[in-house]
Amino acid sequence: MGAQVITVTSGKGGVGKTTATANIAAALAQDGAKVVCIDADIGLRNLDVVMGLENRIVYDLVHIVEGSARLRQAMIKDKRLPELYLIPAAQTRDKSAVSPSDMIRICDELRPDFDFVLIDSPAGIERGFRNAIAPANKVVIITNPEVSAVRDADRIIGLVESEQKGPAMLILNRIKPEMIKRGDMLSIDDVLDVLAIDLLGIVPEDEQIVIGSNRGTPVALDEKSRAGQAFRNIAKRLRGENVPFMDLDKQDGFFSRLGKMIRPGG
Amino acid sequence: MNFFSRLAGRQPPSKQVAKDRLKLVLIHDRTDISPAVMEQLKDEIIAVISKHMDIDRDGVKIKISDESATESRLVADIPLLKTPRRRR
Repeated sequence: MGAQVITVTSGKGGVGKTTATANIAAALAQDGAKVVCIDADIGLRNLDVVMGLENRIVYDLVHIVEGSARLRQAMIKDKRLPELYLIPAAQTRDKSAVSPSDMIRICDELRPDFDFVLIDSPAGIERGFRNAIAPANKVVIITNPEVSAVRDADRIIGLVESEQKGPAMLILNRIKPEMIKRGDMLSIDDVLDVLAIDLLGIVPEDEQIVIGSNRGTPVALDEKSRAGQAFRNIAKRLRGENVPFMDLDKQDGFFSRLGKMIRPGG
Repeated sequence: MNFFSRLAGRQPPSKQVAKDRLKLVLIHDRTDISPAVMEQLKDEIIAVISKHMDIDRDGVKIKISDESATESRLVADIPLLKTPRRRR
């Protein structure tokens, strides 16, 4: 049986693929799962800095593909979580250095030893995207409540279906509940209404995300971060648990914090 | 825009504008039919129908409507010209 291969993709750049990959991976590993992340964004690698592992890179994905490093040699062990690994992208090459069949072969080799393989897809719908979804058992599409991001998500949903990798699931990222209340941001229902896709998670806008990436520490490991809680919930859902969606209206006042201490989350 | 200026200006909330624009753009993305093709389709429909009926060419409306995200249909609204009652 082996690992589930999950690809995180979006079409549009900058909606939070890398952040989501790092956080879901950290949350899964903290829960005791064996996890390896693959940065498929060759030429523009970033998962390494978000995970805080940029100083440990010796070999990368292209070295594995070209046979100049073994799979295990290119896997970087996380600083904090003993069962979390990263296979970084090459920074000096381009997408054509890897093929979809290379990705399938690498994931087949990883499957027996892990519970999850998470692939961080590059933006776009070209070779890098095809590489990223080729080995996937499940595709997670991430978007923001903005016209451009939702439009691109729709395009990706269609492409994932045509590659027989569907149905994809959606993470709606960077939600601002105050703006939704004001009628100035697409709500979760609006986005689902337009895209007709199953929802995997909702993630509120959270300054801790920036602070986390500054430090190279995923917020999923921060008990107090709301986005961190959202990513922990997503990780649980990927493990088959039935976790209710967060109540985004809940403000982080004293009493709700008190409530969270007693009963984490939503 | 705040609540009062919205009342005064009678503008719909920006999220409604976003949703409507999205729906329209997705219809064209999904069907791969550009507004130009729609225009051509409209002209051809007018040509065919007017062979058999008197229609108000300027009043013809054609659009793809989406009742749901998974189903859409082509809707043509073709007004007929008022014709005098037949006398025989």
